[in-house]
Amino acid sequence: MQKILDVKGLKTRFHTQDGTVHAVNGVSFDVAEGELLGVVGESGSGKSVTMMSLLKLIPIPPGDISSGTAEFNGADLLQMKDEEIRDIRGSQIGFIFQDPMTSLNPVLSVGHQIMEPLRAHLGMSKEQAQARAVEMLKLVGIPSAADRLADYPHQFSGGMRQRVMIAIALACTPQLLFADEPTTALDVTIQAQILDLIKRLRKELGMAIVWISHDLGVVAGIADRVMVMYGGQVVERADVKELYASPKHPYTLGLLGSLPRLDDAETRLTSIDGRPPNLLREPLSCPFAPRCQYAYDRCHKENPALEHVKAKLSGNTHEVACWWDVEGDAPRYGS
Amino acid sequence: MALNTNEVLLSVDNLKMHFPIYAGVFRRQVGAVKAVDGVTFDVYKGETLGLVGESGCGKSTTGRAILQLYQPTDGTVAFKGTELTDLTGSEMRKMRPNMQMIFQDPQACLNPRMTVGSIIDEPLREHSVADANERRERVNQLLEVVGLNPMHANRYPHEFSGGQRQRIGIARALALNPEFILCDEPIAALDVSIQAQVVNLLEDLQQELGLTYLFISHDLSMVRHIADRVAVMYLGKIVELANQDVLYREPLHPYTQALLSAVPVPDPVLEETRQRVILQGDVPSPANPPTGCRFHTRCPIAIEKCSQEDPVWREFHNGHWVACHLVD
Repeated sequence: MQKILDVKGLKTRFHTQDGTVHAVNGVSFDVAEGELLGVVGESGSGKSVTMMSLLKLIPIPPGDISSGTAEFNGADLLQMKDEEIRDIRGSQIGFIFQDPMTSLNPVLSVGHQIMEPLRAHLGMSKEQAQARAVEMLKLVGIPSAADRLADYPHQFSGGMRQRVMIAIALACTPQLLFADEPTTALDVTIQAQILDLIKRLRKELGMAIVWISHDLGVVAGIADRVMVMYGGQVVERADVKELYASPKHPYTLGLLGSLPRLDDAETRLTSIDGRPPNLLREPLSCPFAPRCQYAYDRCHKENPALEHVKAKLSGNTHEVACWWDVEGDAPRYGS
Repeated sequence: MALNTNEVLLSVDNLKMHFPIYAGVFRRQVGAVKAVDGVTFDVYKGETLGLVGESGCGKSTTGRAILQLYQPTDGTVAFKGTELTDLTGSEMRKMRPNMQMIFQDPQACLNPRMTVGSIIDEPLREHSVADANERRERVNQLLEVVGLNPMHANRYPHEFSGGQRQRIGIARALALNPEFILCDEPIAALDVSIQAQVVNLLEDLQQELGLTYLFISHDLSMVRHIADRVAVMYLGKIVELANQDVLYREPLHPYTQALLSAVPVPDPVLEETRQRVILQGDVPSPANPPTGCRFHTRCPIAIEKCSQEDPVWREFHNGHWVACHLVD
């Protein structure tokens, strides 16, 4: 598969009054054509900032993308001028945010907002754009689409607004879609509708998707590969079945253990003690070490890199950043 | 699992909570939002009753109307045989130590200008149960019970993380030794790994203190984990109520079936084979609910009768209650 996006060593920090916040610390990943990469992590793990950095949506200052490259179709997104990246945002890369109410403009009609990227990026006439907007609203399953173009966001329900957001993101048929917790603000039955929609659109349009979520359940049903983030770093990455069948990082293990299962009520939840990492601290050691039950002295001294390990399922790949081999119950690289 | 006696602690009968809508120059009442429209259930001593539903279905309003934080429009709420809706303000105040509440947002429910110690001390002070020394002792003891350091009593809420703040809210709810605690989405604002900590704490406290919980949540997996019995709400009514294992194994109401099938399971192999019932459309407005069965506009199996007649709330089977025409 052809790589569509190749990010290497991305570092984003924020210079604040309290000190430097190390939000993203050397994140590398790639996305293949037509692939759905799930990004999982708790609040503050750097998953949203990673995406925002790639689109240059980080306010600079206080933000600062201090290093890294992000090749998209052969060009480095991070080196682009504002005008160049503006041409890419919304046309070749679409994005959907968590809260559809705050990301839609309340004083512009929905039709106007869908037509905006079409006219700006594709130079469509008003009539062409209007026809395309109706087509998009139909595609995302909004009934009597033509009549609803003149409606404003407040006239739509939460699930419908998220559909409008998806219509805007897909209007220019992007090759890559960033979806940042697109179903978190929605009820489960509406979430099921949106997930169903995304699965269908993926088949029809064949785009690559980076799906950010804190919900391991949602990601299990939709992703091809999953990457787990913690403290601004990628701590584990594997094909979806491999990751759930054989999680190797203590954080991933803890995360899966702390989830109640709809199909199993009896087991006591294993909680991860302690609290999320303090990002003001420079990441010189493993960010998870203070909460990790397997941590030993090396974990507090050196920060492990993401390395390939043997996958449990054949044909799958598996990478983990940990000094401890949970399965072998021994240090991973000798001591 | 909590001990299950058959002693009814709280009995809710045909509870209704309508909020009036005013409009026009004279602010005349033109309608009402029927947030809760006739719910009936019992809560047994020592159990956890889960109340689930999507946003806007009236689950939080039900909880608040039970605690008389709203004046219910109709219906009765009996707590240990005392009819709460008939009580005067001061009589209700005497009942409150017995029924406490844990809120969703631990940030919003703690006064930022009070120290944690005085927040937990406040119910003790208000209900003047002890002198200052005893109270201080009790505060320290409560902090320890919820897994916080008593040394931190002089700190302010902002110095704590989300999960720790929720522990402070729990300590405050426990201060007066209540029998019944209403948990209104207590974990919804927390990260997954922290949710498990708080849920485990709630379970431990129930074991030790014999508490009864009404656990309101939209997270069906978590409710399955913590609850003994589960009630499912849709648009102001309870559509199904049963023991946790029965409800999740054999849901009878088509809404419960759709709701359960919509919950993602963290297992990609299972997810591939699961059959989803995907409901069309959105939840109708509670100001103008559909006639007959309120679910008929989205129900995949609705027949004509459903749009005309309101289904009766009946016990289908031993302890398994349902309101649907099509369940036989």
